[in-house]
Amino acid sequence: MSRFVFRRFLWAIWLFFAATVLTYVIFFVVPGDPAVIAAGSASASPQLLAHIRQELHLDIPVYQQYWLFMWNLIRHGSLGYSFVNGASVRWIIAKDAPVTGSLVIGGAVLWLLVAIPLGIISALRPRSLLDRFGMIFVLVGVSAPAVWIGLILAYTFGFRLHWTPIADYCYFFPHPQIGVCSGAARWAYHLLLPWTTFMLIYAALYTRMIRAGILETSREDYVRTARAKGASTGRILVHHILRNSMLPIVTILGMDLGHAFGIALFVESVFDLNGLGGELVTASLGRNLPVVVGIVIAVTVTVIVLNFIVDVVYAFLDPRIRLNA
Amino acid sequence: MALLEVTDLVTRFRTDDGIVQAVSGVSFSLDRGQTLGVVGESGSGKSVTFLTVMGLVDPRHADVTGSVRFDGNELLGASFSTLRKIRGQRIGMIFQDPMTSLNPVKRIGWQLEEAVLIHNDVSRSEARRRSLEVLDEVEIPRADARIDDYPHQFSGGMRQRVMIAMALINQPDLLIADEPTTALDVTTQAQILRLMKKLQDEHGTAIVMITHDLGVVAELADDAAVMYGGRIVEEAKVQDLFAQPEMPYTWGLLGSLPRADITAARLEQIPGQPPSLLRPPNGCAFNPRCAYAFDRCRAELPELRPSPTSGEHRFRCHLDDADRLRIWTAKKAELTSTEGTAA
Repeated sequence: MSRFVFRRFLWAIWLFFAATVLTYVIFFVVPGDPAVIAAGSASASPQLLAHIRQELHLDIPVYQQYWLFMWNLIRHGSLGYSFVNGASVRWIIAKDAPVTGSLVIGGAVLWLLVAIPLGIISALRPRSLLDRFGMIFVLVGVSAPAVWIGLILAYTFGFRLHWTPIADYCYFFPHPQIGVCSGAARWAYHLLLPWTTFMLIYAALYTRMIRAGILETSREDYVRTARAKGASTGRILVHHILRNSMLPIVTILGMDLGHAFGIALFVESVFDLNGLGGELVTASLGRNLPVVVGIVIAVTVTVIVLNFIVDVVYAFLDPRIRLNA
Repeated sequence: MALLEVTDLVTRFRTDDGIVQAVSGVSFSLDRGQTLGVVGESGSGKSVTFLTVMGLVDPRHADVTGSVRFDGNELLGASFSTLRKIRGQRIGMIFQDPMTSLNPVKRIGWQLEEAVLIHNDVSRSEARRRSLEVLDEVEIPRADARIDDYPHQFSGGMRQRVMIAMALINQPDLLIADEPTTALDVTTQAQILRLMKKLQDEHGTAIVMITHDLGVVAELADDAAVMYGGRIVEEAKVQDLFAQPEMPYTWGLLGSLPRADITAARLEQIPGQPPSLLRPPNGCAFNPRCAYAFDRCRAELPELRPSPTSGEHRFRCHLDDADRLRIWTAKKAELTSTEGTAA
């Protein structure tokens, strides 16, 4: 186990360098002067621009900028400061990450809560009405863009029916400031449509995968053995089929969670949630390098951690997998 | 009363290509403590026959008719809960491939305990005690250390011992063994057969030994049934079957059996493929591969009829007694000749 963690750690460091270097390279290949944007006007005086460049360390070569960034990160644990308003990038991420985290993790919980029971039911009753109906939803989820699904939901349930809010985020934990929307119930209420968007994108696909997994596992020899032992249908499903058929689902969930962070960018913009996605879009358009790099790092680390969790869960589910091997 | 009495069993599978009649009117009976060897090639219907007996064919795809009486009770059409009480409790079953027949994510001990707990109202510790006992019985070394291992930590032979332990843990009256040694290497095969024989002697369990290996039948069985194309084509006491087989398919099987005591010039093979159960040949199912087939064989299914020497020995063949005797005598001489010893 410790060897596994160690190897994973080395892999994470490598990924960290790859992601940050790539971000720097892309940033400086793309045209546009951050100093001009920071100055707020294309007609700013050359003296002002030179001053801003010096302030933001844009007057030194790129590799030195990268080195400076690394030094600050390692020495001071700092991700730097926004070119635009001087806010600490760490503070920006700490402020936005709970929004995106609530969105993606909550969405994943919702799509699994829908997909697991539906998958089991369609596997037990293949070719039933529900089973065929599910196939239509798979096609919708796979083909429809997140923005479109989000807008349709907001229009129908928010604007027309007034069942749900159509925008804004509420803090999960009570907020000290008066007048700020907070509390678990309101948090969930405001995220209902964004979560449903994720659910519509993924749940049907997961239902089909779970269905296929259960049907495939049902044909395994050890399931026949369990039947020959006299096990009841419920016991066979719970103890012999489910755990074995969940193995591939766990792997795919790990990959899709990373993918879902990308989709979160669109979902955030539809529902006006101030998460990492929206921040990344603003920062990229505003040539705000420290914020872009900071968010890339945050998402990279999250994906690495999620994959680590998937591997540990996998080893827990399947004793044939040894983490130290 | 026979322990297991199967009458006119027919199993048909509905497939996309049409109806596959895997078992076509199989009848046999088995007494307590006896061993029946069921021999046949892949696709002869031998496994499906016993999956049907256990009620393990999927009713969504299969139609079953006939009668399966176990200890006087009809199993065909019995409720799921009735069948469930018989499976694992009164009839144990072991399968061909021990590598895939155990659940890979559950400990051996858990799987054995499950077999006890399904049928007995006992504590988990009592179930564990019985599991250890039965692992000792199937000669797993250091059973107390290995009971918490997972299946992948066991070799094939050891896993088959675990399967046998699991099938016998509730002391069933009948053990159905579906090619239990086919996937194992030769020395392990011999150990498993010896173990099954020992356990049968100790507990008086009746055994159905499904195999394609006549050697296994000779070793273990009292009675033998040869299956071909979903039907029993010859049945007899084992010694009678080996002494005086009555039909060409059995002759072919005996000719293809390697024997240490006889140096045959070469092993014979039966030409051709087993029949398609989707479109079975007219008449005798074996006629396309039979060297002695004549017009009647291609038109008319031979009935199962008693041999001239014994009423218990029955077979399906249109050849008359004199022809069969002549052919077998010549064949036997050929099989036992020491001329042309293999280099």
